[in-house]
Amino acid sequence: MMLDQLKETIKTALPELDFVMGWTTGYDPLHATPLYMYEPDDVDQLIWGPLNVHNLAVHLPALRHKKVGIVVKGCDSRSVVELLQENLIDRENVVIFGAPCNGVVDMTKIRKAVPDAHFARSVETADNSLTITTDKDTHTLSLAEVMADKCTRCRFPNAVEADHFVGEKRIPAVETDPYADLESFESQGFAERRDFWMAEMDRCIRCYACRNACPLCVCRDHCVAQSREPHWVSQRDGVRDKFMFQVIHAIHMAGRCTECGECERACPMDIPVLLLKRKLGNVIHDLFDYDAGLDAEARPPLLAFKLEEDSIKEKDW
Amino acid sequence: MPVLNGRELRIVGFLCNWCSYGGADTAGVARFDQPTDLRIIRVPCSGRIDPLFIAKAFMNGADGVLVSGCHPRDCHYSEGNYYARRRLEVFKQFITVLGIEPERFEYTWVSASEGQRWQEVVTKFTDQVHALGPMAPIPEVALSKLAQTEGTDLRTAITEEA
Ligand code: SF4
Ligand code: SF4
Ligand code: SF4
Repeated sequence: MMLDQLKETIKTALPELDFVMGWTTGYDPLHATPLYMYEPDDVDQLIWGPLNVHNLAVHLPALRHKKVGIVVKGCDSRSVVELLQENLIDRENVVIFGAPCNGVVDMTKIRKAVPDAHFARSVETADNSLTITTDKDTHTLSLAEVMADKCTRCRFPNAVEADHFVGEKRIPAVETDPYADLESFESQGFAERRDFWMAEMDRCIRCYACRNACPLCVCRDHCVAQSREPHWVSQRDGVRDKFMFQVIHAIHMAGRCTECGECERACPMDIPVLLLKRKLGNVIHDLFDYDAGLDAEARPPLLAFKLEEDSIKEKDW
Repeated sequence: MPVLNGRELRIVGFLCNWCSYGGADTAGVARFDQPTDLRIIRVPCSGRIDPLFIAKAFMNGADGVLVSGCHPRDCHYSEGNYYARRRLEVFKQFITVLGIEPERFEYTWVSASEGQRWQEVVTKFTDQVHALGPMAPIPEVALSKLAQTEGTDLRTAITEEA
């Protein structure tokens, strides 16, 4: 089967590499955790399937001077391509292992469907479903009902760039992003949209998990949110500084964000921060016919210009 | 007409040193009437405008923000305003998702000799922001705390703070 084939491929490549990153079962059978494979034995612990939620590309920039392998889902591969495009990692130092992806779960949806999911004893995954056995009960959920939203609109289930691709390529769910979520949000008035963010931002605990999980937030210790000079955001707990931080994150992702959804997945308060980035993605797509993370050789739209812009209609006063 | 409807709004203008700041000066020297809501911040080039300057202005209570630089092909640094045009357009379209009306932010090009044009731009933009009225402030305090102490729910706290 595909997982065995993937393991064999990794084992064959391992002698040339410092290590390979993948996923294994974590502190309970429902939560996967990153796996670092140094020896062939480590490879046997690899898992593949709907629990592999993390985007491991976040670790690549810090490992720039090592020769590492990385197992990717389709969406993760776009982060790798974006990092290559921005010269934050070197192509010759990364070996990409890809496989067709059927979608990953959204833990928030699982918690809603299975309130005692925190006491999972075992989890079995099949192609389109998952069976969770807890202390009290056994629940069978269809993957469609607990799948991350990004997977329902997935355009690239197969890695867009891979050195080793294992398995049959999957047909994408859609050809173009429908952006229906954004449209429905923006069908509200401006005051309602603001009130929505005020209430959401009020819940933000400023843990910055959204930033730390983002593979393209690469300033790390030099984040403007922590700079004192200039002092962009204060330490206050009001919505103003928290909202400002989300605007900073979104704007710093303009033309770069691949909408991998890690920011939102990592948020312990379930704040829908991906919506802000999807808005930018939509704007950039419409203006410049550009999607991030597809072509490592492409010129990012905000690092370029045309003397006469075809799609920018300026105010004629 | 210094004060429209008897009330000034807070409008922040980021003006390029080489063209629009000169244009505003020309308008002043020629004694053209202008609304007085605009507070000007002089920047070396429209290419220097980080969209976050504009975001920060809105967070801190601006009701409108205007960016003005040299006309395309006239940039003192040749291409600063071309990069600015893309960034500012992206930002203008982005703010709708935050719940900020796009009319609260405009960018434009005014040269140092265009005093008349400056008068027109600043008047029209001020009118446009006045048509929307003041923007509800973005609270600095934690709404949930406010709601607890006041014994109100979060929605009411938002509206009241606003
Ligand atoms: S977005 Fe696509 S590639 Fe990414 S996890 Fe979902 S289905 Fe897989
Ligand atoms: S901002 Fe969010 S969706 Fe975009 S690249 Fe970062 S983690 Fe992924
Ligand atoms: S992860 Fe969520 S709670 Fe933490 S800082 Fe980001 S938005 Fe706030």
